Amino acid sequence: MEIELDPQPALNKAGLVTALLEHLPAHSVLHHDEELRPYECDGLSAYRQCPLVVCLPDSLNQIQAIMRLSHEWQIPLVARGAGTGLSGGALPLENGILLCLAKLKRILDIDPHNRTARVEPGVRNIAISEAVAHHGLYYAPDPSSQIACTIGGNVAENSGGVHCLKYGLTVHNILGLKVLTITGDVLEIGGQTLDSAGYDLLALMTGSEGLLGIIVEITVKLLPKPERVQVILAAFTRIEDAASAVGDIIGAGIIPAGLEFMDNAAIRAAEDYIHAGYPRDAAAILLCEIDGGKTEIEEHSRQIEKIFQNNHADEIKHAANESEQQRLWAGRKAAFPAVGRISPDYYCMDGTIPRHRLTEVLKQITAWSTEYQLPVANVFHAGDGNLHPLILYDANKPGELERVEEFGGKILELCVHVGGTITGEHGVGMEKLNQMCVQFGKHELSQFHLIKDAFDSDNLLNPGKAVPTLHRCAEFGAMHVHGGKMPFPNLERF
Amino acid sequence: MSDHSHTLQHQVIDAIQEHTQLCITGGGSKAFYGRPSAGTPLSVTAHHGIINYEPTELILTARCGTGLSEIQDILADQGQMLPFEPPHFGSNATLGGAVACGLSGPRRPYTGAVRDYVLGIRCINGKGEILSFGGEVVKNVAGFDASRLMVGALGTLGVILDISLKILPHPRQEITLTYELAAENAINTVNQWAATALPLSASSHDGQQLYLRLSGTPSALKAARTHLGGEVLPDAERYWKDLREHQHVFFKHEEPLWRLSLPPATPPLPISGDCLYEWNGSQRWLRTALQANIIRETVARRGGHATLFRGGDREGTIFHPLTPAMKTINKNLKLAFDPHSIFNPGRLYSGL
Ligand SMILES: Cc1cc2nc3c(=O)[nH]c(=O)nc-3n(C[C@H](O)[C@H](O)[C@H](O)COP(=O)(O)OP(=O)(O)OC[C@H]3O[C@@H](n4cnc5c(N)ncnc54)[C@H](O)[C@@H]3O)c2cc1C
Repeated sequence: MEIELDPQPALNKAGLVTALLEHLPAHSVLHHDEELRPYECDGLSAYRQCPLVVCLPDSLNQIQAIMRLSHEWQIPLVARGAGTGLSGGALPLENGILLCLAKLKRILDIDPHNRTARVEPGVRNIAISEAVAHHGLYYAPDPSSQIACTIGGNVAENSGGVHCLKYGLTVHNILGLKVLTITGDVLEIGGQTLDSAGYDLLALMTGSEGLLGIIVEITVKLLPKPERVQVILAAFTRIEDAASAVGDIIGAGIIPAGLEFMDNAAIRAAEDYIHAGYPRDAAAILLCEIDGGKTEIEEHSRQIEKIFQNNHADEIKHAANESEQQRLWAGRKAAFPAVGRISPDYYCMDGTIPRHRLTEVLKQITAWSTEYQLPVANVFHAGDGNLHPLILYDANKPGELERVEEFGGKILELCVHVGGTITGEHGVGMEKLNQMCVQFGKHELSQFHLIKDAFDSDNLLNPGKAVPTLHRCAEFGAMHVHGGKMPFPNLERF
Repeated sequence: MSDHSHTLQHQVIDAIQEHTQLCITGGGSKAFYGRPSAGTPLSVTAHHGIINYEPTELILTARCGTGLSEIQDILADQGQMLPFEPPHFGSNATLGGAVACGLSGPRRPYTGAVRDYVLGIRCINGKGEILSFGGEVVKNVAGFDASRLMVGALGTLGVILDISLKILPHPRQEITLTYELAAENAINTVNQWAATALPLSASSHDGQQLYLRLSGTPSALKAARTHLGGEVLPDAERYWKDLREHQHVFFKHEEPLWRLSLPPATPPLPISGDCLYEWNGSQRWLRTALQANIIRETVARRGGHATLFRGGDREGTIFHPLTPAMKTINKNLKLAFDPHSIFNPGRLYSGL
């Protein structure tokens, strides 16, 4: 994948390295080709680019020094946590510094009485819950990548997980941030309180994809572990029955902790990999987790079982114990790598749609899958309507990636057309810039650029990502709407 | 039920051209909140009506001038509710005002704040452009979160036209338990309980008694009650409503009323005046004639911030002063949305 970038003046790389070495030890400044290679992409490996240098600071002072240099020398700076992002957000820039925050992994403070933890950005998501488990507490957002991804990356992407349905996204589960701006200021946003004075910068920073500032400290909210958990699996012969069961559960006033959907391709891939005990022939399964007290769970289980029956479930399985629950979840959580085993490459989409449009959107995806001759596995957060179609392909086949991108682009545009969005949790990054032109008009995009200017008027932090230029949208639009015809003429419009 | 977006847009464009400032007004129930703002009144109440309500999607979109009570009645018919239990402070309260003020009620620490449930906002910025951010789906990370930025901005970033909210089913049952406890003990107790899996949905302490509301299925409440003891409060719904609406006797006094936001487990502050605790201790109401700087320093030392909620010097600083760095960013953001500074000048901070 070729990436277009504005031409930049040739840089004196040696000079920059020397300047960086005044503030960082030699092992924290990588600049030889073979050292840079491991950092050339994030979780979206279709896009690759080596940076000028990689910096691996382990203190605030070092980060400040790097940012000062970036500002003085006007060199772009791209932040990176664990590099598990799926939209190319942490993709390096050829003439830029890659600021890797993974070494900042101290848990600075655990306050069980106020139910908060203050951590550095490089702390892995799961490490927080592990560190506070002995207090009976945990950090709720649980992206499937939680053993690897960093909390800093989670904030930058506003990441979700299977338990978001009940417990919210990252934005609902953090209380404070310390942010360094490119002009050298330290912003202390929030803390251990439930609100703070001035504009809601906590919300604005969450999901800002490294464009507004570098997040150097996070105060997260901790929740008490639920008393009990039950996981119910239901298998369906028809996808529309599974989709309608999802709406019925929510409509019955039950908010499950998680409600996940897998289609046959995903079921088979997961089953072959993890042996979770999924019915291999089902068209779809739903995994429903409920939590609460013993009698409450029993009540909800009965209600949910009834809803599954009414929607013609062929099989309903209640996990008998904790290890069976874990086994049922293991298949879902490993679905991406499981699909990775059956195909040389896969491309993960991330649109969100209103729940009641699930069936028609899935059908359209199936139709396109046939048309493009690219298989698709669907595994997603059904309760939130957040789809993750995985398009299977082989990057070594000439032209295949281009077809995947076209197919994927169509799926995202379909999401927008049914009243949804192009990204539910993976971010825009480098990947969905064109679809941003579909989601937003020029006034909104200009407003986003003005927000960016309010923090970074020199456009040094992760430039070119997340928000497309109006120029790019004009070009994309010209390519896109052929002869003034709107896409999806057969679909109902808002 | 009518869409006045374009009328309002023209009024904004006129104001830009005539270099006049606008004071955005909804029902006026929260006119006391913040600093008095200069400018010609721009009434938004005619922009009224529910645009979309889908109970099974748990989504509602309404125009800013729609009455809060109207919305709550329609939700109640379907067994649903606004999860952030917003204070009305008057029968004329509108949704737009509730969102612009960003105030949440007793359920806040357990279920979330206004901003947590705002999914999308359509607004007019200070260039007279109609912009649409977010949408009607719960998970959406496309573009900066401009919708949530508008919550609590007191109209200084633009005219909020339409708001999409996530809503929740109303709990099947609620009960309130009371305990005779001194403040310090109450704060400790309630924070210990909040750290265990109990169906808490509100707490308060009035100096003598701790009040604890539980919400959930009848069986969950029964189980929790055995564990928690306490006395059942009759007419509890009334109690929480009075508290939320500042109709409780605590609020019927002349002294300035401060709202303190603190880490919940902070012990009672060494500060003179009467204090009422909510949100596990995270929100405290203080009635005192004490000087602003003493209050602010005391609260800031404990990681909190203080708002002069009612009374006192309304022309002075109402919200907690910002650090220079935060001031710069707030000012830059204001100008990013409202380059001619026409919306609600001075309402949030002088000069913003
Ligand atoms: C197998 C797999 C499963 C996944 N499952 C989920 C899932 O269930 N839910 C979900 O939401 N996501 C999921 N993801 C995506 C990804 O894990 C998340 O987006 C995660 O939050 C990225 O964290 P990271 O530390 O890897 O960040 P990176 O990929 O390194 O960076 C992501 C973005 O954040 C910026 N950034 C990173 N750190 C900082 C900082 N300290 N300050 C400012 N900006 C910063 C970067 O510039 C970049 O734009 C999955 C990914 C994989 C590979």
